[in-house]
Amino acid sequence: MKEKYLINARIIDPKNQMDEIGGLVIDSKGLIKAVGKTVTADNLSKDVEKIDLKNKILIPGLVDMRVFVGEPGYEYKENFRTLSNAALAGGVTSVVSMPNTSPIIDNVSMVDFLKRRGRDKSRINIFPSASLTKNADGEQMTEFGLLKKKGISAFTDGIKTIQNPQLMARIMSFASQSNALIMQHAEDNILSEGGLINEGEISTRLGLQGIPALAEQIIVERDLSILDEYFCRYHISQISSHKTVDIIRKAKNEGKIFSSGVSINNLSLNENDIGDFKTFLKLSPPLRTENDRLSLVNGLNDGTIDVIVSDHKPEDEESKRLTFSQAATGAAGIETLLPLALELFHNKSIKLEKLIASMTLNPSKILKINKGSLDIGNEADLCALDINKPWVVKQNELKSKSKNTPIENRKLQGQVFKTFVKGELLYERT
Amino acid sequence: MATIKNLKAVKINQNHLLGIQDLSFSEVSHILDEAKTFINLNKSSSKKTDLLRGKTQINLFFEPSTRTQSSFELAGKRLGADVMSMNIVNSAIKKGETLIDTAMTLNAMHPDIIVIRHQDSGAPNLLSQKVNCAVINAGDGRREHPTQALLDALTIINRKGKIEGLRIAICGDILHSRVARSNIYLMNMLGAEVNVVAPKTLLPHSIERLGVKAFTDMKKGLDNCDIVMMLRLQNERMHGSFVPSPREYYEYFGLTPDKLAVAKKDALIMHPGPMNRGVEIDTNLADDINRSLIREQVELGVAVRMACLKIFCINKK
Repeated sequence: MKEKYLINARIIDPKNQMDEIGGLVIDSKGLIKAVGKTVTADNLSKDVEKIDLKNKILIPGLVDMRVFVGEPGYEYKENFRTLSNAALAGGVTSVVSMPNTSPIIDNVSMVDFLKRRGRDKSRINIFPSASLTKNADGEQMTEFGLLKKKGISAFTDGIKTIQNPQLMARIMSFASQSNALIMQHAEDNILSEGGLINEGEISTRLGLQGIPALAEQIIVERDLSILDEYFCRYHISQISSHKTVDIIRKAKNEGKIFSSGVSINNLSLNENDIGDFKTFLKLSPPLRTENDRLSLVNGLNDGTIDVIVSDHKPEDEESKRLTFSQAATGAAGIETLLPLALELFHNKSIKLEKLIASMTLNPSKILKINKGSLDIGNEADLCALDINKPWVVKQNELKSKSKNTPIENRKLQGQVFKTFVKGELLYERT
Repeated sequence: MATIKNLKAVKINQNHLLGIQDLSFSEVSHILDEAKTFINLNKSSSKKTDLLRGKTQINLFFEPSTRTQSSFELAGKRLGADVMSMNIVNSAIKKGETLIDTAMTLNAMHPDIIVIRHQDSGAPNLLSQKVNCAVINAGDGRREHPTQALLDALTIINRKGKIEGLRIAICGDILHSRVARSNIYLMNMLGAEVNVVAPKTLLPHSIERLGVKAFTDMKKGLDNCDIVMMLRLQNERMHGSFVPSPREYYEYFGLTPDKLAVAKKDALIMHPGPMNRGVEIDTNLADDINRSLIREQVELGVAVRMACLKIFCINKK
């Protein structure tokens, strides 16, 4: 590979607190050789490749901590190839894949399969997660140590919650000795049973059973209490209500060490968007009130919430062309994660550096992976972004195999135009 | 064959009757005026008209129903339509066909109107997006049951002359009730003051936002009321325990002469049926011909459904 000189860029790297006009050099092995204002177009030798970014923004490739891939078992919804195409078009270069496949990723041989498939078919970095319990049925814990040795970076039952407090205590206790990261989808099954959308005026009007915010709150409070007794690396995958934001803020202020995430959907949409039973907005956790959304934004601003995830959950049309209660839960979103997040920058809700950190630096720190920064010597995973480019979301133009975007026809500002993985230009918008 | 005078045409903006929430005041008035023209017809010896001759009506009932289904069937037949009632128990739905596929199949038979009842809220909305004919909601989940509310309104108007200014109490399992929701929207629109009375476990979240006062003390909720609408405990929709026992429920939320005494002296009792005597209503009150409108509700139900079928069948472009 020729050395690449990316020049005339506004380089933003939250880890190194860099926001300056300059360039970035990728060496022949695909690693970052130099970065910053010292890299300019002057004195370039002839055998390097010069890429002029024309004063657009260059950031570390995004790290998305919550992505569902259809392999194995649901290849018709999404496979590694289609997922990486969608990810690259959205500037995402690393993902944590959820274990809710068929079969569930709960043992060492499944991890081998996944890593092989990921390596052969995917063009982005796949960090597979494994389930916390066998078959994700919430009973018998998986082999954290052996799985971690195989390269599993996080453990979660994905769409499911560990309901049994005794088991959760044992998981946290056992996980601490292998230093495994535990990620909980916080929802009490019994409180949310039969629930379809946020419990409130909208659920009353639509006649849909509500999911109370209490269902999320009670698991978060329980887990944080267990964490006091059995400290481990603990992460709450996605929160949705202002009450949970308050609980997490208080716990962090008291010095508890853990992290939390939020889905871009809960940050950008609210329950009113469900309108006339739009099944593409049937999500878990559910979209809640505007007041909840605003407190999630505040939570991100003050560090209560660490990461933004796409919660990319591809569902084919047949799973969504049903009545609201029968329809599948989840929305495709990896390709629109960054552009939709930029809405929060353009409307002055969140500072740009904060937004970028929540999708690069912060998830990498939580996962303890060497991604999400422009450190010299790191693999050059990069995203070049035209922050002002207006465009309209059209499901048929999206690269994901499933077209269940929750923001069809939304007018966005900001689009990824080049994505590099390990120094190679793998995506270029034409 | 009987003749019906034609009322002046009022434009109905909706192609479908999916819920009271979608209707305007003038549309509701038009439906009720139209329904009044059918009341006497239904009492006469020759009940058949040819207003919908040549039209095809399909009744698609995914939930068991006695009165609503027979009421719609009779209404269609009295208007001269060809009425087909789908028996879902033996149909393709049970073989795994989706609602949309069923809709497409039926649509290919060129019906003029489909009457649907479904256990899922919003199912009629989904159906209406996929077929070319008019869709009438005969009850979806816990969302709406518009023809029930319209027939309740007609029954009240028939007895009290008006709805505006009346105080109406809706009592019982509000949480699971589509009848309660449709009636809240409609009675509010027509100018009544609406109270809902239920134990807290059976009151939907933020119900006050629908423009009602909520009471957990039945006597306070019935105070000075003109109309008392009783609802059934919908045990089939309940998961887990909402009330300790039917006995405890009856003690605090059953309609008894003692509780009714705080309502107006001429207060009338309504119930959409089917009734659970001794659970939500005292059996003698239910049969009291001076106070109970229950039989009249069923009777006027046919007239209201004839009006809806006629208007939406002809209105559809």
